[in-house]
Amino acid sequence: MADVVDTPDLVAPKPEIRAHRRVGIARARSLLGTVPFFAYVVIFLVIPTLVVIIGAFTGDGGFTLANVSALGAAYIVDAFVRSIVLSAVTAVVGAVLGALLAYALVTAKPNGLLRRAVTAASGVLAQFGGVTLAFAFLATIGLSGFVTVFLKDHLGFDLYANGVWLFELPGLVLVYTYFQIPLMVIVFLPALDGIRPQWREATESLGGSTWNYWTRVAGPLLTPAFLGSTLLLFANAFSAYATAAALVSQGNPIVPLQIRSALTSEVVLGQQNLGKAMALGMVIVVAVVMALYALLQRRTAKWLA
Amino acid sequence: MAGLIARRARRQRVFRWAVVLVLGVFFLLPMIAMVEFASRGGGETWRLLVDWPQLSEKYPDLATGIVASLGQAALTALLMLVLLVPTAVWVRLRLPGLRRLVEFICLLPLTIPAIVLVVGLAPVYAWVNYFLGGSSLTLTFAYTILVLPYAYRSIDTGLSAIDVKTLAEAARSLGCGWATVMWRVVLPNIRSAVLSAAFLTVALVLGEFTIASLLHRDNLQVAIEFLGKSSATMSVAVSLAALVLAFIMLMLLSLFGDRRKASR
Amino acid sequence: MRISRSATALLAATAMAAAVTACSPPEKKSASDSSGAATATSATDLGGLDALVTAAKKEGQLNVIALPPDWANYGEIIKAFGDKYGIKVNSAQPDGSSQDEINAADQLKGQDKAPDVFDLSPAVATANVAKFAPYKVSTFADVPDALKDANGTWVNDYGGYMSIGYDSSKVPAPTAVADLLKPEYKGKVALNGDPTQAGAAFSGVVMASLGSGGSGDDIAPGVDFFSKLKKAGNFLPVDPGPTTIESGQTPVVFDWDYLNVAQGAKLSGKVQWKTLVPANAVVGGYYAQAISKDAPHPAAARLWEEFLYSDAGQNLWLKGGARPVRADAMAKAGTIDATAYGALPKVEGTPVFLTDAQTTKAKEYLSANWSKAIG
Repeated sequence: MADVVDTPDLVAPKPEIRAHRRVGIARARSLLGTVPFFAYVVIFLVIPTLVVIIGAFTGDGGFTLANVSALGAAYIVDAFVRSIVLSAVTAVVGAVLGALLAYALVTAKPNGLLRRAVTAASGVLAQFGGVTLAFAFLATIGLSGFVTVFLKDHLGFDLYANGVWLFELPGLVLVYTYFQIPLMVIVFLPALDGIRPQWREATESLGGSTWNYWTRVAGPLLTPAFLGSTLLLFANAFSAYATAAALVSQGNPIVPLQIRSALTSEVVLGQQNLGKAMALGMVIVVAVVMALYALLQRRTAKWLA
Repeated sequence: MAGLIARRARRQRVFRWAVVLVLGVFFLLPMIAMVEFASRGGGETWRLLVDWPQLSEKYPDLATGIVASLGQAALTALLMLVLLVPTAVWVRLRLPGLRRLVEFICLLPLTIPAIVLVVGLAPVYAWVNYFLGGSSLTLTFAYTILVLPYAYRSIDTGLSAIDVKTLAEAARSLGCGWATVMWRVVLPNIRSAVLSAAFLTVALVLGEFTIASLLHRDNLQVAIEFLGKSSATMSVAVSLAALVLAFIMLMLLSLFGDRRKASR
Repeated sequence: MRISRSATALLAATAMAAAVTACSPPEKKSASDSSGAATATSATDLGGLDALVTAAKKEGQLNVIALPPDWANYGEIIKAFGDKYGIKVNSAQPDGSSQDEINAADQLKGQDKAPDVFDLSPAVATANVAKFAPYKVSTFADVPDALKDANGTWVNDYGGYMSIGYDSSKVPAPTAVADLLKPEYKGKVALNGDPTQAGAAFSGVVMASLGSGGSGDDIAPGVDFFSKLKKAGNFLPVDPGPTTIESGQTPVVFDWDYLNVAQGAKLSGKVQWKTLVPANAVVGGYYAQAISKDAPHPAAARLWEEFLYSDAGQNLWLKGGARPVRADAMAKAGTIDATAYGALPKVEGTPVFLTDAQTTKAKEYLSANWSKAIG
């Protein structure tokens, strides 16, 4: 509140110094009010992150690059590739289907039951990924699931004739899509809400068709938001651990499972720092994605705030 | 022109119901399957689920997990409010320059996945165990970090909607201390934002698995996963109950939040 | 000016992080260690077994970890110990691995809930000797020298051989590991855990290797076997357990013989669960007991060890289908449970126990190739 006003040199130095010191004290007292927050964040967020970063470069005898170079091992590179492919596929599928669903919601009554119910359901499913969804899918298409049994008994079709894919990468793609679509709805809906009906009317009054509207007006405006949301979905799928932990028990196909194995394996010991190196790799990938997302968010905010 | 609009509205309605129907089937099928799966064995599972004494006797780990999760949810919501509301108000009023920094920090948990955070939390929690014991409730500290992005966005939006500066100045000029300003002036005015933040917190904490599992603490999701190895039907029933409960909670929030706006 | 301020802040935070990782919290002085049990290396140090029993009863509790009740009859062992001495046994993380036990000991150091005793795979035991307190049970001399540490920091407790458990009503009885590649076993063969994580699964792959022409030095044929199993569609990537066996989801399971035998006994009448130790593909493995150096209940921990290595304890493990480490000495003295001993699965061929060097080589090969083989 006490904005500093630069006193001109006409005033004698003593009061000026006193004024600056007063301002300095007031500034320090203001900063004091934020100390609890910053202290908390430092202890529980900054320090763990630094522990991971430092640990990735620590070996038996101090600083070493061995863990980071060990990331080049074929099985770790494979895990990263599979993680990225899984995240990319589910991000794109989730983004397209989620955008369609979000658009369907926008055309409905703003405070109607449909929009409220779907938004609430999306909120739940986007957060509740993980164990509950894994069990939901086990109940649906697991080995003795509802749909599996139905298909086998009534249509003679064995879902798992070529191997039980539910507990491997294809299964993960299916289950991840289940929480990516709701997340897309939540993240993309505000952008769709920002589309003003006047733009549609303006396009029409200038003789444009629906195609023109979507390719020349709404499309370019929504593209940054759409891409940004897709990136967010990518980061979300890349970071996800619980679903895979509950579904997959063989092979650790993706990076989060490899990290778990590095920490808790009783067969291959001494991998704690390799686990930290893998964690560092994950942070770098997600940081890049989130930086791009932030850039796109700024473009979106310009038109659709 | 009116005919054009009417035709478009009809096309949109067809599109809307087609999309909602197809995706609705995709999303409701697992729910239906869960109901069917949990009902195998003659409805015994459902009867057990509503009978708390019997449930805690037959599945003590599940009962511990449920109680632990509820405690964690309540404590996290509380800690989040105590930490974020004063900080958000203070930064708005006194330190607008720090706003970008605080926003950045609150978005950081989105960039640092829980699986990475838990790797680094192990030494920090060794100290937490030393000071506060190894109870599951100490997970509150980690959970508050996880909810920061969502809670801060909600509270910040709420604060943007009211003129905090004027309110605070008026209260201070009438002789209120800062505590009174926060508690009796600012908080009542951002009630819906706070409620929304609290509900999001509860939903996130009830659905959290990674940190609890890798720090070996009790939690609803950890208990469900462990239960899945011994009783498939019970674990599916509890999962469904948790999902339905969270859905009802968020529906109530959206209805309640709107009613407050309307009553103003 | 601003740059150096944030740089100093970052430097300070980094220093704090380094400090947090480097030092662990100071230990809570346990007020209950008045009996001196924490440093006792045998019962005589405390004045005899009766003095140990008194000290343990005074502590009143015991923290065990990673002991599933249906693993080598631990459920009955825990109950028997609790009933005999009136000590409450707190069993944490029954599903944990050996590494989880060590992690818990580190995390909960100095706490009341820290584990008192460990049951570990040999690799984890030898890697963490610094965390154990040496203790020689009264029957220490009965344990063969190769199966214990000379100071008693860790001692093997029970062992078994890798086996194939199968539901004889659902699949034809296999006679060798290679039989499982046949089409009759499509979608039916499960391995207990991931071999890069769990010791039991690791030994399962070694057994598959021995049964496919490999040896203790070469685990590659075992990994190839599972790869072929996967390609044939016979491999089921499901974690087998009592529920999956009972429901028939996993009709064939690679697991320790004592676990398969226990399942068979538990489900007799419901499922015809039989156990086969394949001829000439015999992989043996022991587990080891250790007492935590910072045990919150040191006297109870030592009493637990005395109980486990007494005739009663060893016979309880035998009842669970495991081969107790004192089996030879007890057979000679006639104190072994003869019926249970005779009922153990027949073993044809020389058992292979991997040496440390062989284990390391096998682990490296597995880490690099397992994901790809069954991916």
